[in-house]
Amino acid sequence: MLRYALAEPVLSAVEGARATQHDTAARIEGRFLYNGRMIALIDYGAGNLKSVANACAAIGADIEITTDPAVIRRATSIILPGVGAFAEGMDRLRKAGLLPVLHEEVIEKKKPYLGICLGLQFLAEKGFEHGEHEGFGWIKGTVKKIEPKDPACKVPHMGWNDIDLVRPSGIFTGLQEHPTFYFVHSFALEVDPSERDAVTATCEYGQTITAAVQKDNIFAVQFHPEKSQNAGLMVLKNFCTLSHASIPLSINA
Amino acid sequence: MLKKRLIACLLWRDGMLVQSKGFKHTNSVGSAYTAIDFFNTWSIDEIILLDVTRLPHKREQFHRDLTELSSRCFVPLAVGGWVDTVEEMRRLLSEGADKVVINSGAFRNEQFIREGAERFGKQCLVLSIDAKRTSVTPFDTRRSVMLSSPSRGEGVSKHASTSSAQASGATQGDTVTHEVFIDRGRKGTGVSPVAWAKQAEEWGVGEIFLTSIDQDGTGNGYDLSLIESVAGAVDVPVIASGGVGNWQHCIDAIEKAHADAVSAANIFHYLEQSTKKAKNELFAHGINIRHPEFYDIGLPRNPLYRVE
Repeated sequence: MLRYALAEPVLSAVEGARATQHDTAARIEGRFLYNGRMIALIDYGAGNLKSVANACAAIGADIEITTDPAVIRRATSIILPGVGAFAEGMDRLRKAGLLPVLHEEVIEKKKPYLGICLGLQFLAEKGFEHGEHEGFGWIKGTVKKIEPKDPACKVPHMGWNDIDLVRPSGIFTGLQEHPTFYFVHSFALEVDPSERDAVTATCEYGQTITAAVQKDNIFAVQFHPEKSQNAGLMVLKNFCTLSHASIPLSINA
Repeated sequence: MLKKRLIACLLWRDGMLVQSKGFKHTNSVGSAYTAIDFFNTWSIDEIILLDVTRLPHKREQFHRDLTELSSRCFVPLAVGGWVDTVEEMRRLLSEGADKVVINSGAFRNEQFIREGAERFGKQCLVLSIDAKRTSVTPFDTRRSVMLSSPSRGEGVSKHASTSSAQASGATQGDTVTHEVFIDRGRKGTGVSPVAWAKQAEEWGVGEIFLTSIDQDGTGNGYDLSLIESVAGAVDVPVIASGGVGNWQHCIDAIEKAHADAVSAANIFHYLEQSTKKAKNELFAHGINIRHPEFYDIGLPRNPLYRVE
């Protein structure tokens, strides 16, 4: 108690106000960095939403967790996270009525989109997880189970792995040559040869796995930047910077 | 190829982290917030947070702490201790855990593993096995005798299981065998870790966190024969735990015993840049591990001071 009493005035002077344990996000300086330009983080009931929200808060992005089309329309950019099964995820998006609004905002209005894990796989035309299911179809390709040729490579592909940056992409600015990211997945996106230019990063795991894609304003990564420390937060930060730079202020007004 | 991992194991007891020796808690080392912040900064690959409280009413405090801790953790976070229902798993995951560590609950209830794997995916389930050296040859299947679970394992005669344990290689090296203990290392089960690990893998766990109760807290190195036997028997990754006294022990576990990840608890406390030093050593030794580098967490320290 004595230590606390002594420390309090010092802290108040430094921080301006006494910080409590439960408002971490609000106290982060960077909160003001992208002030007023909100990113919609789409909540369709898939896992890891909190991790992504935490990571965005830590880099100072202003996020709103939402299923509301109005909020998505108001946002400057969209992040679609996800852990889980392809069919179930698509089903939930469909039931929440988000497919038309996503198409309208991302394809027609060209809002920056960042897909994480399942958010990358949804871009495909078709997914083959537990049967055949339709995806967004924004990138020509299919989602198939990983079948590594090396028996030492087990499925799911889970853990830290290096990626190769095969084509330049805005979200990889400032990274090392072979950055390491955290992966958890059993299925991977196979991009159609006609759209091979969309693949910006690959990863070796008994086969070549699509680690990241970009097509105009659509960015997506198979790994989990929210759990990949330095490199991962750098990717999220790049996306924020990039998306805020490319969007006129009026959209937000 | 996937990289080997360095994992810090944090033992949470009544709001503070503790060190442990032979599963007895020797001293409190301070706040979990400090540990999470520093280990994140010092290039850790993953963190395992275990609730080792003996008092059930402290559980709510653990949940509150977890919610805050997970918001400061930018590496995968596995959380466990006292998890025996799928609902509890769901709650931990919604509070920011990436994986759930299960132990006694899974041993008692096969359905628990199956349901958990089905609902959250097996990559979410880490099975913790606490093993102790024993002179008695353990059985290679779980017996229902000790477990008040009538549905499985009945009718396995002692003789039959002993001989098949030998056949399966569980008793190689003839003198040292191991037995699985549950309920925080207190209750022997008579089952060999290899058999239990294989069984659980079949039911759907994605990883095995293997602790040697004898080595825990001694600083004399991992129980390499235990780790080697389990790592050789299952396909899922095995995390070695219990007994790290210097970084060479970590190298041994990976190179000699083929562990996929090495974990330590006590040694990481009270040592400046502990996890980074360990990482440097592994990296310099040529182990395929993520590059050791500092990460500036960029968040204000939390809590500044905590009073109850």
